[in-house]
Amino acid sequence: MIGIQPIDQYARDISDEKQASVIDGSSKGTDKRYTVLHKDYPDPDALRKLAASIKDHTLHYLQDYLAKAEQSLTANGVNVHYAATDEDARQTILSILRSHEVTQLTKSKSMAAEEIHLNPFLLENGVECLESDLGEFIIQLDGDEPSHIVKPIIHLNRRDIAKTFLREGITDQYNDDPETITRQARVHLRQKYMQAQACITGANFVCADTGRFALVTNEGNSRFGMAPVPVHIALIGIEKIIPEEKDLAVFLNLLGRSATGQQLTVYTEFITGPRSKNQPDGPEHVHVVFLDNGRTDVLASNCKEILRCIRCGACQNVCPVYRQASGHAYRSTYGGPVGAVLSPILFGSRFPELADLPKASSLCGACNEVCPVDIPIPDLLLRLRDKAKRESIPSAGAIPMSPFATLATSPSLWRTAMTMSKAMNHLPIQVAPIKPLQDWLGQRTLPDSHGGDFRKWMKTRKEKGQV
Amino acid sequence: MATQLQRPTDKRVLLMGTCLCDAFYDDTAKATVEVLEHLGVSVEFPDNQTCCGQPAFNSGDWAASRKVARHCARVFAGDLPVIVPSGSCAAMNFHGNILQFEENPDKAIDSLANRTWEVMDFIYNGLGIKKWTGKFESPTRIAFHRSCHSRGTGSGEATLKLLESIGNVTVTPFGQDEQCCGFGGTFSVTFPHISGRMGSLKLDNILETEPDILVSGDMSCLMHLSGLAITQGRPVKHLHAIQILRNSLS
Repeated sequence: MIGIQPIDQYARDISDEKQASVIDGSSKGTDKRYTVLHKDYPDPDALRKLAASIKDHTLHYLQDYLAKAEQSLTANGVNVHYAATDEDARQTILSILRSHEVTQLTKSKSMAAEEIHLNPFLLENGVECLESDLGEFIIQLDGDEPSHIVKPIIHLNRRDIAKTFLREGITDQYNDDPETITRQARVHLRQKYMQAQACITGANFVCADTGRFALVTNEGNSRFGMAPVPVHIALIGIEKIIPEEKDLAVFLNLLGRSATGQQLTVYTEFITGPRSKNQPDGPEHVHVVFLDNGRTDVLASNCKEILRCIRCGACQNVCPVYRQASGHAYRSTYGGPVGAVLSPILFGSRFPELADLPKASSLCGACNEVCPVDIPIPDLLLRLRDKAKRESIPSAGAIPMSPFATLATSPSLWRTAMTMSKAMNHLPIQVAPIKPLQDWLGQRTLPDSHGGDFRKWMKTRKEKGQV
Repeated sequence: MATQLQRPTDKRVLLMGTCLCDAFYDDTAKATVEVLEHLGVSVEFPDNQTCCGQPAFNSGDWAASRKVARHCARVFAGDLPVIVPSGSCAAMNFHGNILQFEENPDKAIDSLANRTWEVMDFIYNGLGIKKWTGKFESPTRIAFHRSCHSRGTGSGEATLKLLESIGNVTVTPFGQDEQCCGFGGTFSVTFPHISGRMGSLKLDNILETEPDILVSGDMSCLMHLSGLAITQGRPVKHLHAIQILRNSLS
């Protein structure tokens, strides 16, 4: 049945203010990325392709590199855990926290943690988990969901945030000056860092050769989180492995530039393991939880290239559909082009429910053009559309195509239809009782049909011997 | 976008007119023939051609689109270059088809892919015409919308360079030129709101520069944009790049 797609409906219903925030934030992200990347690299495409090949190589030998990483991490004194599912990950983290009698912790931004809905689970189990990234902190206060991989509150403006701070008692006076807002958050968070007994982070890259893992932030919040606590848990998707430390040169240079148009993020931390005897602070216990949660299935699918993703959000920034609809329209942790591919297949059993996401694209290819690891996102979206059709998943956007195929494989029928289409010029087709046609023609004026005129012209020329 | 193979060039070519030119834009197809003949290329138009199959392909109905693609490959069989006045239909031939036949590669499909050229790419990179000798009578400002399906191909640069080399023509840049016009074929039907908004934003950016003519390598983008523009009461003169080349000759 032909009807309005959920994401289109979402974009229709979204408030003008929210949409303006998303469009403004994402357009700026796209411009900054372009300027910085092209200023520093004469041929950014070569770098993107190199990054893609390193990721492909690693994914091809993922089991080997995981084993190597585990070995290196263990040698560094890190406890390594594997979680096959989101539930496994939650239980593993809870049991680590219980073994250290943790009831209060801080958490820096982690999409993997969002993916397994860690915060509500910990709260249900009596552990207070405070988000220390400013954006995520605001999301937590609002009971909201992040709408962008890198800029979780891209959908909010400073007035929204000032109202939240007043409502939640972070301040007793409304002030929407961004610097003031940041200072208020800082005062609040500083106390919490000192009270916490553990911290949870993600990681951007894990080097298999040395077991060192890298974590990038712009606020230094993960650093603050780690300094005063005895326990650090890093929840890391298994696709975050890279073979060697020297590969960081490629990825860190691409990540900052692609994500925020920075040559490097303000803080880049390299974590080798628990604090050594000579170090004045830092956790005594470091746990790495490697999260599969469907990644192995994705690796075996025809969309495995999506696992190259380094979560920079450049595809979201540039995507015209994302800009109109916002990340929340995608009904999942990951929005925008990357989410339209990843969400339906990462949470395998949710494919039927999320099979409309890959349709939310004009297939313009801007996402592929900006992707630091050259993921052919439009191709993957198309493969998923094919999958949905093959699995007969009903979708609001399915236009029956077999009549078209019949027409387009019957040349004489086709030629007749072309000539007949001229009749449309004299018919009030906009009143035809077909909703999508009415919608389409409501917004656009169709040109007059010249059906078959070109064929006639060619034929006449041929007959006159002009060709 | 896949890297295109080295494709043959020849003084005889087959024209794939596209369904949009067949139905609405006959003058674009005529201009293609006239420009190619001006360059000494003889153009044949296989009468059994219909459509490249893209509507079904983009909708995910690959069983349907493979049928159409096979028909298309049969109609354009042989070893002559296939010239298309559309970046989108050309990309269907050399990229989309490879994708939908990746599990069962087909020689006829591969052959079509290797011989297909978007027309501006063919003139600039295939025939090696780097400058257009035409001229407009009065100064003309052109806004060139680089259609999305020519991303990663030689078409964008080819079109820009050829347009810029026409006498009295200025190609005026506009904001956010990497953004899609919002057509996307069936996308405009199933995502009417987003498609319309994308088109309006594109028009805002383009019309701000007050161009005399809006030019693209795809009539589909132009049909959508001009259709919106007329309904919104801000019509814009629009032509395919090949029409600009042809018009500059007379």
